[in-house]
Amino acid sequence: MIPHPRGAIWLLLLLLTTCAAPRGTGDLGLVIERSRGSVLIIEHSSDSVLHRIAGLGDLSHASVVYSRDGLYGYVFGRDGGLSKVDLLRGKLDKRIKQAGNSIGGAISQDGRLIAVSNYEPGGVRIFRASDLSSVVDLPAIDATGRPSRVVGLVDAPGQRFVFSLMDADEIWVVDASAPQEPTVTKFTGVGRQPYDALITPDGRHYVAGLFGEDGLVHLDLWNLDLGTKRILSGYGRGKRKLPVYKMPHLEGWAIAGEQAFLPAVGAHELLVVDTRTWQETGRVALLGQPVFAMAEPGGRHIWVNFAFPDNDRIQVVDSQSQQVVQDLAPGKGVLHMEFTPRGEKVWVSLRDEDRVEILRTSDFSRIGSLRAAQPSGIFFTVRSALIGL
Amino acid sequence: MCIDPKIRTLFMALLLVSGICGVRTVGAGEDAPSLARRGELIQLLERECGSCHGATLAGGMGPSLLPEILSERDTEGIINVILDGRPGTAMPPWRPFLSEGEARWLATRLQAKDPE
Repeated sequence: MIPHPRGAIWLLLLLLTTCAAPRGTGDLGLVIERSRGSVLIIEHSSDSVLHRIAGLGDLSHASVVYSRDGLYGYVFGRDGGLSKVDLLRGKLDKRIKQAGNSIGGAISQDGRLIAVSNYEPGGVRIFRASDLSSVVDLPAIDATGRPSRVVGLVDAPGQRFVFSLMDADEIWVVDASAPQEPTVTKFTGVGRQPYDALITPDGRHYVAGLFGEDGLVHLDLWNLDLGTKRILSGYGRGKRKLPVYKMPHLEGWAIAGEQAFLPAVGAHELLVVDTRTWQETGRVALLGQPVFAMAEPGGRHIWVNFAFPDNDRIQVVDSQSQQVVQDLAPGKGVLHMEFTPRGEKVWVSLRDEDRVEILRTSDFSRIGSLRAAQPSGIFFTVRSALIGL
Repeated sequence: MCIDPKIRTLFMALLLVSGICGVRTVGAGEDAPSLARRGELIQLLERECGSCHGATLAGGMGPSLLPEILSERDTEGIINVILDGRPGTAMPPWRPFLSEGEARWLATRLQAKDPE
């Protein structure tokens, strides 16, 4: 039995502390519930919802980056809200409203800075990751004094942020090594209306899609002195552009081996590009306007979803044969796909059916489903260790 | 826009009442959308239009569609933009999915300061 009262207290404390087994965050993630302004904290080892966190504002176009320890998710909302979510305690740690109309964000190489790109007022604002206090504002004003919407913001090695000015046709490379006094390198006349961008997983190549012309623009971040270069110019080859009912995303990059698979704009195709030369090497015909083209970890398959009215479909492309190998109809309103870190499962958000579908990637079979209110973006903590995500 | 299901239900109920009472605030004409179709159009507005203009239609990559902006504009012009898009911008033509009557109903609704 217990020898004396102090021993009893120690035993009780020991019991209390061992009740909740410690857990890591490597299998956690966030699912955006766009209509409710809430996020779900989920785990993908046994596919369950752990918490719902509400009060995050307009999340109709939202994205997430993670702290390097995988404890915090930073949620960028459409209405300029920036929310820091604690995944283990299941609560909102801090929230600020940093602009009127925002599009996305990035975390710095050292994990200390969060950058947010804004449409209104156009520019990038940088905050401390710890307490979301403001560090510096970078208004996107072009040489003529005109403000611009900012798109395609990514982090890059060398404590840099890279982004594009949609209305000014510029790309800016910001070195935030001295965060209060960042140095900005500007590239002008890069191509008409950049609308989104990607950075390759090695952090070397920045590629922005152009809405105002057929083509993309490439910047080698290892060789800035070479300047920007148009790639895949005239990929539409004068063909009449098909209407685009949802703008494609490049940030869910699909790089498989030496090939990049990029959604075309105004054509029902993926463009295949050799990332050593940035020359087109092929095309994949699809059933509709692609929105996301995302490579499975390992790069064997590319999963593609589509703009309205084909947003009930997914096509899976084999990266070796460059052929569609699977047609899936998981449900209405397919908005996003996210792979588990080693790629055995994919989570698919079905906005119009208020659920997330979970598929096995090896045979495309359905292995589960979770309720979520108009789910859109799905973001797993594996992103915390990846450049550009 | 009516994101909250309760507000949407209330709005649908009001639509029903206005229909029963013969009140025609919006969408008058031969091809005015049915009640069921109006529900679909509201969903289209919030989801598909909302993907560029924001779920609250206060603006995103596309401009704000709030009544403060649109109420003074020419209704016919708005209908034309909905049906045929705006060349040189990301605004696509919705004619394959909408009749003229449906576009008129949407335009009038967008312009109304208090559509509920």
